[in-house]
Amino acid sequence: MLEHYLSLLAKSIFVENMALAFFLGMCSFLAVSKKVETAIGLGAAVIFVLAVCVPLNQFIIVSLLKEGALAWIHPSFATVDLTFLSFLVQIGSIAAVVQVVEMAVDRYAPALYNALGVFLPLIAVNCAILGASLFMEQREYSLGEAAVFGVGSGIGWALAIVAFAALREKMRYSNVPEGLRGLGIAFILTGLMAIGFLAFSGIQL
Amino acid sequence: MDKQTKGVLFDPLFNNNPIALQVLGICSALAVTTKLETALVMSIALTIVTAFSNLAISLIRNHIPSSIRIIVQLTIIASLVIITDQILKAFVYDVSKQMSVYVGLIITNCIVMGRAEAYAMANKPGISFLDGVGNGLGYSMVLLAVAVLRELFGSGKLFGVEILKTVNDGGWYTTNGLMVMSPSAFFIIGGMIWALRVAKPAQQEKE
Repeated sequence: MLEHYLSLLAKSIFVENMALAFFLGMCSFLAVSKKVETAIGLGAAVIFVLAVCVPLNQFIIVSLLKEGALAWIHPSFATVDLTFLSFLVQIGSIAAVVQVVEMAVDRYAPALYNALGVFLPLIAVNCAILGASLFMEQREYSLGEAAVFGVGSGIGWALAIVAFAALREKMRYSNVPEGLRGLGIAFILTGLMAIGFLAFSGIQL
Repeated sequence: MDKQTKGVLFDPLFNNNPIALQVLGICSALAVTTKLETALVMSIALTIVTAFSNLAISLIRNHIPSSIRIIVQLTIIASLVIITDQILKAFVYDVSKQMSVYVGLIITNCIVMGRAEAYAMANKPGISFLDGVGNGLGYSMVLLAVAVLRELFGSGKLFGVEILKTVNDGGWYTTNGLMVMSPSAFFIIGGMIWALRVAKPAQQEKE
């Protein structure tokens, strides 16, 4: 059992990296990667929100939306299938969690809040969060698997953005053609990193 | 069509392209472009969602309290995406299966949110609708261009119809394996941005 979770963790960090294999969360990946420090802040926030949201959404889907999940109210609800609402419910719960996390961090850990402050609200519309949730729903993970998958994909995303930010800091000393400066070279750099991560594909633990 | 309307509709194509200049909505742009068919369906879906979310949000813009506007926008967008997803599942099931989670990810596509926040909240419904269509078209243009390159050189086909006869089928064209893999999309978009900025130096970034 433990091996299964470990393998899932490694797979979600390296093989199926959210940023470099599925292109999720690219907007903030490109926008907030100019400095390593801010990249670490955003990465930490993403890990945290994913670790909370993915298992939470798994619980909501299984216990409220799946066909037959509402049978406890009245036997006539046994055939009700609300899975078509899953997009709305998932984005709602993500936005709510982000809001609550923001308030909780502000109240109990002001230092962390100052470090993450700007990025927390941004995370609600980071596609890595919704993407991981949707993958979780599609692959029908159990609650335990969902928790491991959430943490793993968060770590993978954070790893990618920190590495990318470090590369971009070095890029400042290079002589890039004028039209390619900024966004253009960032894309090509990400492509090269994605090739690097391809080396992990096919690894089984 | 007067000048302003024309500007709103066609500016996002080259002068203010959502992908190349505003860096919005890149996630899905990269993931669904291995085949022209999925890219086309994605483009249509996104254009429709952007246009109608702009219209709906613009209609109620004076009644949304600004403190909860993000969640109101997300609810409207998510409802539109649910409708789109159900329609795709009903009429083009195979394509919808291939696009897997990326249909749902239109919700967090920054183009939709970005236009709602930046344009629809401050403009009349009619012109907001056109702005949505225009930005959808700008996005579609990049998406389709990338998909054409990737499908043509990656598997020698367009829309699944053979254009370049591949070596495997006894033809002359050796398929480029890189093109069907994810990194190629980054290189193609990077190259497109380069070309666009060489042609229009005003868009270059100063560092």
